[in-house]
Amino acid sequence: MSREVLVKKSDIVKYYLRKIIIAGLVAIAVTWVALPFVMTIIYALSDPDQYYDPHIVIPTRYTLEHIHKLIVLGAWNATINSVIVAVLTILFSFAIGLPAGYAFARYAFKGKDSLKLFIVALRMFPMMVIAVPLLVLYFKLGLADTLLGIALAHTAMALPFVILITSGIIAGVPVEYEEAGLVFGLNRIGAFFRITLPLALPGLAAAAIFTFIMSWNEVFIAAVLSFQNRTLPAFILNLIGGATDFIKFAGAFIMVIPALVFVFVAGKYLVRMWGITLK
Amino acid sequence: MPNEEIPTSVKLSKYTPYFLILPTLAYMVFFIGYPLVQGIMLAFFDEKGRFTLENVNYLLYGPGSLFWDALKYTILLAAVIIPIQVSIAFGLALLFNLRFPGKNASLYTVILPLTISDVAAGLIWYVMLGQYGFFNKILMNLGIISHPIIFFRIKDMEFIAIVITEIWRATAIVFIIIYAGLQMISHEYYEAAEVFGATTWQRFRYIVFPLLLPSLQAALIIRTLFAFQIFGVVWTLAGRDIPVLAGEAYYAQTELLRPGVASLYALIIAGLSIAVGALYIKFFKAKYLEAGM
Repeated sequence: MSREVLVKKSDIVKYYLRKIIIAGLVAIAVTWVALPFVMTIIYALSDPDQYYDPHIVIPTRYTLEHIHKLIVLGAWNATINSVIVAVLTILFSFAIGLPAGYAFARYAFKGKDSLKLFIVALRMFPMMVIAVPLLVLYFKLGLADTLLGIALAHTAMALPFVILITSGIIAGVPVEYEEAGLVFGLNRIGAFFRITLPLALPGLAAAAIFTFIMSWNEVFIAAVLSFQNRTLPAFILNLIGGATDFIKFAGAFIMVIPALVFVFVAGKYLVRMWGITLK
Repeated sequence: MPNEEIPTSVKLSKYTPYFLILPTLAYMVFFIGYPLVQGIMLAFFDEKGRFTLENVNYLLYGPGSLFWDALKYTILLAAVIIPIQVSIAFGLALLFNLRFPGKNASLYTVILPLTISDVAAGLIWYVMLGQYGFFNKILMNLGIISHPIIFFRIKDMEFIAIVITEIWRATAIVFIIIYAGLQMISHEYYEAAEVFGATTWQRFRYIVFPLLLPSLQAALIIRTLFAFQIFGVVWTLAGRDIPVLAGEAYYAQTELLRPGVASLYALIIAGLSIAVGALYIKFFKAKYLEAGM
């Protein structure tokens, strides 16, 4: 009770003023980021007459016609292609990267630091450099314009990230559990699959989403390596040259929706993962 | 388990980590190392393997070459965008380091642009800044402007549109790095500072800022390297009106059908990235030594 008396009136004003300023700044930041998403969704579904009426900011009549047009142009196939490429990228990059991530998390060995530094450096390498030479190679191997070809290139892009993330996740599972498994007669592989993997699974699932987003969003390599079997961003990139405004809006719409889903599903993990991989 | 097996497995286990990393290294050699060498071959050698400057000549003097403009705009965009991004991200990270209601939801909203492609970001701002876009409509209806501001097909305005879009899209990357760094600073430091009567400014200047410097360095390097690869946003908003290196690479490959020139552009981006990365590290390392850290 006596402490309350000590609080001065000016401190109370200061306290609330501070709260209001913080809330205001947060509101500005959130609006700045969210408003373009909201308006894109609204205008992509807008009735054209209302859109072209300068007095109507928020339309009242909506239509799916623009989205439908884009799908007729091939957006649905491109979306399926993007999903296939992203899933293949997850499979490849985890099959190759998870063992390496495990090695970095669980073993001490000669050259570990330099190898890790190499992988950290690779993550910043401009991967677009590999696109054109890879196409030349793909023509010889029959991989040009295939989803497999794009996925293999995306795997190279995603691998450093997958290794860094998975080693972080595995390092978070106490090594004692694994040792306990070894004591009770499991071998190292068994201990990994029956103890560490189940415990690391939620984190690994989030890492998979992270990889999915990376592949899903990559456009330069995908656009160079494909001519017909395009991924969604490559398809849209190729389309917009001669497209009407509404086709462009619809393109933005189709690409934005999955992003919203990702953040709702794995937002917490994504923040942490960007923190790990970008340090 | 028979006893005599143990020595072999112990001996083998010495090599286990290398076996586990080997697939990664093999993959990297094949999918990055080999294309990199092949890219240099494409750029500087003809089909018979003889050294040639034909691609260099075409890149510099070929019909419709925009190389110098592309170099200029790539660097100019980075120089304009990065300081703004780092300032905003820094302020935002300090803001999110405070406690306030609805923090998580706000945080997830702020990182939303990270989950979309640069092509999508470009198109989103094409929606926002179009003649009938939200920006013009709201300003006109509020009576602030009487005619719509035209952003597209006018070079300088396209430049502004690209800057706005990039700030909107990629500030979040910088923010996350700085925010992660900020959260790692132990509260004990603040408490110690408080005990010794440090002001808010002093706490920022002598605790937060020096401890945050590594994160800031990482953010600057990553952001700069990505800035040199700017492509999707420019291509969707301005096409070749505002030429950039990656855009010219794409154009040389898909329109001119000159893989050698495209490779050369890509190699220039790689060279720039390596040079700037090395510069940053050198600069920041020197600062650390001066500060005695």
